[in-house]
Amino acid sequence: MSFVPDATKRSNTGIMTGKLAVWWIVGSEIVIFGGLLGAYIMMRLKYDFWAEQSAFTNTMAGAINTFILLTSSLFIVLAHHYAEKKDHIRCFIYIWLTIGGALSFLLVKSLEWASEIHHGYTITSHLFWSFYYTAAGVHGLHVIAGAIIMVFISFDVLKQKNLHRVENIGIYWHFVDLVWIFLFPLLYIAK
Amino acid sequence: MSEHVEHGPRHYVKIYIVLLVLFVVSLIGPEIGIRWLTLITAFGIAVVKALLVASHFMQLNIEKKLIWYVLISMLLACVVFYAGVAPDVMRAEGENWKNTSSLKLIEEHKNYKAESEH
Repeated sequence: MSFVPDATKRSNTGIMTGKLAVWWIVGSEIVIFGGLLGAYIMMRLKYDFWAEQSAFTNTMAGAINTFILLTSSLFIVLAHHYAEKKDHIRCFIYIWLTIGGALSFLLVKSLEWASEIHHGYTITSHLFWSFYYTAAGVHGLHVIAGAIIMVFISFDVLKQKNLHRVENIGIYWHFVDLVWIFLFPLLYIAK
Repeated sequence: MSEHVEHGPRHYVKIYIVLLVLFVVSLIGPEIGIRWLTLITAFGIAVVKALLVASHFMQLNIEKKLIWYVLISMLLACVVFYAGVAPDVMRAEGENWKNTSSLKLIEEHKNYKAESEH
């Protein structure tokens, strides 16, 4: 009897088990980020003078990162498209373009934070900056995790194995992009 | 692999271009300096972009309804959290309590609104 991984079978819901699991992860992340951003919105509305601190966020860096994440979302959905077509070479290339986007995002964020910390805007300097570094930092950890998972999936794709995982990591990556779509106006535009 | 409507790369590139245009509008809108325009362009467009990514890139528009129920229930949980604590967190004092550190901060910055309007 040959072994078939459970993640490739359908659950009773009619959805592939692995994909259903990723959607549950996305659901749990909604509560994590929703709670964090909800708490930030509450405090920001209460202390409108936080605008004095938020004026020092680097909107250009935030905008570059938004562009990077939107583009990487396109790359991963194209990787999924080519995985469906069983074109494992193109799929591999687009996964690595997405990983390149993740690394670029982290590079821009590192330079941005280095500058802000150099100017004295640290995680303990003001409650606004505590929220800023926590929200962006937790998001950054998700970017790192997603990039690492994509590396492993890409090598399976090269061996033409587990191509269904490209869709699953795609769902996760689009959610990381979605969170940034809301983080950007909250932290960088609302000044 | 999952069953879905066949969309080629062109469709995804079209959605990407729409997202970029919306992104540029959301950058320009707040520069004009009108509060309601900032809210619409920065936050309203963020919601539109999120829906585009969710429906076209995450393919929620063809996903089973169960996934929608899971996501909506998680969003509702966030709304319940916000509604439950906001009445206390967003105030500095109530009938039988005072948040003295909060009151002190607000007092220190009480001229902020007046100064920012000038």
